[in-house]
Amino acid sequence: MRRSVAAVVLALVVALLVAVPLLARALDQPFYVTLFGRIMIWAIAALSLNLILGYGGMVSFGHAAYLGVGVYTVGILSAHGIENGYVQWPLAIAASALVALGVGAVSLRTSGVYFIMITLAFAQMLYFLGVSLKAYGGDDGMTLAARSQFGHWLDLENSVVFYYLVLAVLLAFHALAARVVNARFGLVVQGVRVNERRMRAIGFPTFRYKLAAFVIAGAMCGVAGVLLVNFTKYVSPAFMHWTRSGEIMVMVILGGMGTRLGPALGAAVFLLLEEVLSGYTEYWALFLGPVLIVIVLFARRGLAGIFEPARSSPAPES
Amino acid sequence: MTLLVAEHLRKQFGGVIATDDVGLTVDDGEIHAVIGPNGAGKTTLIAQLAGELEPDAGRISFGGTDVTRRPVHERSQLGLARSFQITSIFRDFTVIDNAALAVQAHRGSSFHFWRNARRDPQLREPAREALAAVGLGGRADAVAGELAHGEQRQLEIAMALATRPKLLLLDEPMAGMGREDGERMVGLLRGLKAGHGVLLVEHDMDAVFALADRITVLVYGRVIASGSPHAIRNDPRVIEAYLGDTEAAPA
Repeated sequence: MRRSVAAVVLALVVALLVAVPLLARALDQPFYVTLFGRIMIWAIAALSLNLILGYGGMVSFGHAAYLGVGVYTVGILSAHGIENGYVQWPLAIAASALVALGVGAVSLRTSGVYFIMITLAFAQMLYFLGVSLKAYGGDDGMTLAARSQFGHWLDLENSVVFYYLVLAVLLAFHALAARVVNARFGLVVQGVRVNERRMRAIGFPTFRYKLAAFVIAGAMCGVAGVLLVNFTKYVSPAFMHWTRSGEIMVMVILGGMGTRLGPALGAAVFLLLEEVLSGYTEYWALFLGPVLIVIVLFARRGLAGIFEPARSSPAPES
Repeated sequence: MTLLVAEHLRKQFGGVIATDDVGLTVDDGEIHAVIGPNGAGKTTLIAQLAGELEPDAGRISFGGTDVTRRPVHERSQLGLARSFQITSIFRDFTVIDNAALAVQAHRGSSFHFWRNARRDPQLREPAREALAAVGLGGRADAVAGELAHGEQRQLEIAMALATRPKLLLLDEPMAGMGREDGERMVGLLRGLKAGHGVLLVEHDMDAVFALADRITVLVYGRVIASGSPHAIRNDPRVIEAYLGDTEAAPA
């Protein structure tokens, strides 16, 4: 029953997202294309964090670092006149994966508070590296001349085309994540969250699976960074600040850790709250706090938990 | 055939010598019980045999391979399985998912990202067999954390069995069980002898003397006696140490 409710919610969300550019044009409010484009990019970042935080139980408090690596790779290439998307995008994704590999290889040897602190420390190191890159704007950031070039068939300067590209990436990642968590790999990652000691005892070398999940999540977040820098045409260390990592984490918790639709819902609610409330007060986060407390205390599986079946529910069998 | 050989094992925690020059062997098809009063170092011994703790000195070999420095998961891959004194299952998962995960660890790579592992008969069928072997066949789709205590203890054994081990290290499989569940467990353990070696740590003396082919008695980390159940039962050192220790223990 709830399984089908979740399917209906997903269909409605997709239909809404597909319709946004059309509605925006009909209402003469192009601003909505921008707003929902931004929501979807952060939803991709939250989706990637959910893989390791929600399913894997790895509380990475530096996830914005991989976003930043994606942003800076595209930005730096662009500053040197390399605007070809076929060059920029694979390099940016590879760079995020590589940084995640390095950070993960060190930090996954620890757990608990130490893991949180080490991932945070690495992210702050990258933040200050960004600040120190005076050639690329340093603290002030740097504006990009153009979005990534993919030839005539895909013109990212057209905001509607760009919007649908972001939507396509979000849907592809959503589908991929939904497969991965129920595949062998996903079950291992979830097993590690529930009881890592037992996982070792039944024969799993857990470290390599955790590291692989960490790298996959980093690379996916790098894609979010690539989209974000194209979206804003702006590079700034602010994208890597620890408060950004915190915001991605809040989106995941708000939407529901370890749920399929949670990250996207969390990103939407977070950014819409910000959009609406920041019109009244710059202290809009004051209102977010109580919402988050209520969620954490009374709805551990977040907003998506309202209609998405618990993962422990009996799965359909062969 | 001798499966497991431990020689001169020693493990010290600060001033406490938890394992003091312990040696023992387990053969295929036998149940070798390790008994002793609380604090004798039984669980510490199991942890060293399973690979969770590294001994300070001594040697452990399994199936002819020196595994003294091998990590837990490698020993599992060689066919050494353990169950835990304090139930250690995947509480959020269904019962069959628990067993299937144990099967999965021993059936090829788990770097598969697309196919639904819950619909893979290569994993589900051996998992069902392991559940049936311990009498949990009818509870496959229940959530593991919601099982009764006795059933969770059965699942502990099923997960160990699902790894297709040669040798089982069972750490108090009857802990906290009532009489009825305990009797069922004794029957289950007796059935495991065919095809497995079993190292059994257990407090329930009736069960130990009903099941064991050999018994080793551990007191303060040292082996004070080892032999057949009959010899152990009549060994004055065992009677003295075991009873003496119980009486001397502060209330």
